[in-house]
Amino acid sequence: MIALSDYLIIGAILFAISVAGIFLNRKNIIILLMAIELMLLAVNMNFVAFSYFLDDIAGQVFVFFILTVAAAEAAIGLAILVVLFRNRQTINVEDLNSLKG
Amino acid sequence: MSFERIIFYAFAAILVYAAGRVVTARNPVHAALHLVLAFFTCAGLWLLLEAEFLAIVLVLVYVGAVMVLFLFVVMMLDINSAPLREGFIRYLPVGLAVAALMLFEMVAIVGVRYFGPEQVAIPARHPEGYSNTAELGRVLYTDYVYPFEIAAVILLVAIIAAIVLTMRRRPETKYQDPAKQVQARKADRLRVVKMSAEKKQ
Repeated sequence: MIALSDYLIIGAILFAISVAGIFLNRKNIIILLMAIELMLLAVNMNFVAFSYFLDDIAGQVFVFFILTVAAAEAAIGLAILVVLFRNRQTINVEDLNSLKG
Repeated sequence: MSFERIIFYAFAAILVYAAGRVVTARNPVHAALHLVLAFFTCAGLWLLLEAEFLAIVLVLVYVGAVMVLFLFVVMMLDINSAPLREGFIRYLPVGLAVAALMLFEMVAIVGVRYFGPEQVAIPARHPEGYSNTAELGRVLYTDYVYPFEIAAVILLVAIIAAIVLTMRRRPETKYQDPAKQVQARKADRLRVVKMSAEKKQ
């Protein structure tokens, strides 16, 4: 049978891959958004695994809400991306310095 | 090795491969498609964890809606991805080092030592006829009804925000203004000219 640690390690591997992706693709906003989606997936994996092994449905309810918020975040993020590309003709993070932050 | 374990390792291997391709793919479309593969295999793993409803929701909502939105945006924007990849090789060592360090630390905590089969007992499978969806719905509409409504409001805000952000009025296109159309009077448009009848030549 599969232990809880197996699922948690899979979640950890997913999270580490997405952190590496954020380091590697720091110019491309689309890949950055995808790496964030992967991170949320890793966290959701942990929630579902704990929900099953502790026999508590609250973890799955939490995953449900995370999915809701992630969908909203992706929609707004992509809308901002489209507006950004329309105004600047680029999505390179290096060129987004008009706020001088 | 039981059949369940074989399935678990197969799905886990595909999941890790797909996630790795998401962050290393040269083409953003390939990255999005590998993310779809990652969501599918993750749904398979959730089925092993008896979270059937969430597995189906992941496929329907994520693959069906969010990833299609990603693909639309990737294909709509005319992106030259070559300058976006500069620095990939330069940040490769530090990225891999940080990821490996994080992975090592996390595995040291969540590994077999604290969350192995001896520490956390593997629960028995639910009996036949048990419905994960019904159970989730029962909790969602009673204990979590206020968070559920807040989630609905968040989705509404996201819909309105996405529409407002991307809507634009092009100055060169001509639009109808129904209010002005309704207010138009006959006297503004039509002039009746009095003249005597003309004789045929």
